[in-house]
Amino acid sequence: MLESYIPIFIVMFFATVIALGITFSSMLLGPQRPNKEKLSTYESGMKPVGTTRERISIKYYLVAMLFIIFDLEVLFIYPWAVQFKKLFAEFGISIFISMFIFLVVFELGYLYAYKKGGFEWD
Amino acid sequence: MQIPIEYYLILSAALFMTGIVGVLIRRNAIIVFMSIELMLNSANLTLITFSSYLGNSIGQIFVFFVMAVAAAEAAIGLAIIIALFRNKLTVNLDEINIFKW
Amino acid sequence: MLNNIQEFYNILPLIIIGGLILVSLIIEMYSESSEKILPWLSIIGFLFVGIYSLVEVGRTSIVLQNMLATGGVVNIFWLIFNITAAIVCLLSINYIKKYGAYYGEYYIIIQTSVLGMMLMAGAKDLIVIFLGLEVMSISFYVLAGFNRNRSSANEASLKYFLLGAFATGFLVYGIALIYGKATTTSIDAISLNFSALSGNVLFLTGVLLFLIGFSFKIAAFPFHMWVPDVYQGSPTTVAGLFSTAGKAAGFSALIVTFAALFGGPHGHLFTPYLSAIAVFSMLFGSIVAIMQTDIKRMLAYSSIAHAGYMLIGLASGNIDGVAGIIFYLAAYSFMNLAAFGIVSILEGKEETNLDLDSYAGLGTRSPFIAGLFALIMFALAGIPPFAGFFGKYYVFIAAIKSDLTWLAMVGILSSMISVYFYLRLVVIMYFKSSETEDKVSYTASEIIAVVIAVVFVIILGLAPGSFIDLVTKFL
Repeated sequence: MLESYIPIFIVMFFATVIALGITFSSMLLGPQRPNKEKLSTYESGMKPVGTTRERISIKYYLVAMLFIIFDLEVLFIYPWAVQFKKLFAEFGISIFISMFIFLVVFELGYLYAYKKGGFEWD
Repeated sequence: MQIPIEYYLILSAALFMTGIVGVLIRRNAIIVFMSIELMLNSANLTLITFSSYLGNSIGQIFVFFVMAVAAAEAAIGLAIIIALFRNKLTVNLDEINIFKW
Repeated sequence: MLNNIQEFYNILPLIIIGGLILVSLIIEMYSESSEKILPWLSIIGFLFVGIYSLVEVGRTSIVLQNMLATGGVVNIFWLIFNITAAIVCLLSINYIKKYGAYYGEYYIIIQTSVLGMMLMAGAKDLIVIFLGLEVMSISFYVLAGFNRNRSSANEASLKYFLLGAFATGFLVYGIALIYGKATTTSIDAISLNFSALSGNVLFLTGVLLFLIGFSFKIAAFPFHMWVPDVYQGSPTTVAGLFSTAGKAAGFSALIVTFAALFGGPHGHLFTPYLSAIAVFSMLFGSIVAIMQTDIKRMLAYSSIAHAGYMLIGLASGNIDGVAGIIFYLAAYSFMNLAAFGIVSILEGKEETNLDLDSYAGLGTRSPFIAGLFALIMFALAGIPPFAGFFGKYYVFIAAIKSDLTWLAMVGILSSMISVYFYLRLVVIMYFKSSETEDKVSYTASEIIAVVIAVVFVIILGLAPGSFIDLVTKFL
């Protein structure tokens, strides 16, 4: 029973080591030139303190909207991935091709948004 | 102790009714739209409940589709509301009244 | 996941439309002259798929793990959708320039809406119905508000979107309840179990919510309020698409689930309810249409009335009724499309020339267009020998066979009322003098599109039996 968790522990171990290692090594090795922006609390690029009714550029919402759509479409890969072995045994390579077609259609939509300037900020 | 299925169904029916009432009485287009999303999510809750209760996964797959469609609908809906706001500077449904019979 | 090459040929129409969308997207991204390429590419694609569906009509099969049916009635619906969409594209080439809102996405979105309709008509699973409906509806919301700088288009689009999404909520909740009782969403499995399920409150509630959701889409009486506003605010060609292919797609889903959810073909679970909404749709549509002064609003109310006539076929709950609806849908699609086509030809810049008085004197100004329009009005009013008459005839016969003679009588009464406002337009065109002597200017593509639709109306009127035989063979 417990043996089956060993891979997870290994992943957790490496994740911890890499995360801590990168954090501390950058603290030790990197140049330290603190300024006001850098020292403030990290809020995904927003000002951490301010009025609650702050207005945000509409372009931000455009990107957020595109993110939601493309993010949710990826949802369909999960059930496919979970059942992949069983489906592969039953249908063979065509199960792989059908997901490939899905991704091509999907990427084409992404390319379209890009070409039409959906990600431009100016 | 397992929570009986009725509790989930009553909760989702209550959410659905909240959504309907919200659509019917609120006059802000965005809030109406949020109420519609609430209706879809209550249907999702029903589907998940039945899926878990019946032990088959069709309901969960359907929920994926509903979520994807709801996201597409949200994108289109907000785009329509923004286009309207640019022209009329309001999202109040009572003031959107060019057409009358 | 096709099991063999035959399945591939059976779903080729869907694959072609899907491929067409992708190719059109690439053309729109990279080509400078996409405005000239896309309409013709769409028309060729639609025509090919339509004709292919007709040729392959005999190949009935169920493909893709019981998700989709092809052949038979499904292919007849695909034919209707694709020919309608081709005519709409042909009309749009000039109209969309006049309307002043060309974006390359116009034709692509029409293609996606057709893909959604085709999925709906071929569905063998409630999930596919839902997906098809949403692909169609979301495309329609965009098309309605295509001119985003015009507040009337914004308003139409917003109303359509909010009410359409509201209806979707009912539909999804209905499907959830049906699934909860039936433990499956497969239409065939539900229809096998129908007699065991039909007494259950949960199931009945689900089916009722499903029906309410679709009542919005087919514009039946208590859920019709979006129709006039949306038709008036959207581009005229797009309104033509909503009222023909959109309505046909809504009915196709009700026909697909006819056996599973409504207990057809031996009676209908909701006959009293359907009879009531049919009566109210017919009478309300016909009476309110009389009061309209705007031609698009008048056609919108007439489309509500036509939904009522088609619901008679559904309420009667027998094979004749279903065949009658399919014939009615084909006839109505071409009649209404021709009507919207002519309205789009006559429409001036900035939505002018849309009130009934601007049609005065058309008989002398442009006799050809006036003649076509008069013919369509006769057909819509249900005057023989045009297709509209036989559509009504078949659904009324079906109602009488199911002992719903009173419903057929109400239908006839409502047709008589509707004759008034259709013929009033003919009177305005021929007997009212106009202030202007302007000839109507039109391009070849527009007039060809209208003539094709009118030819279909005449053919269906002259040989209704062969179409009905074709449909009945597969029911």
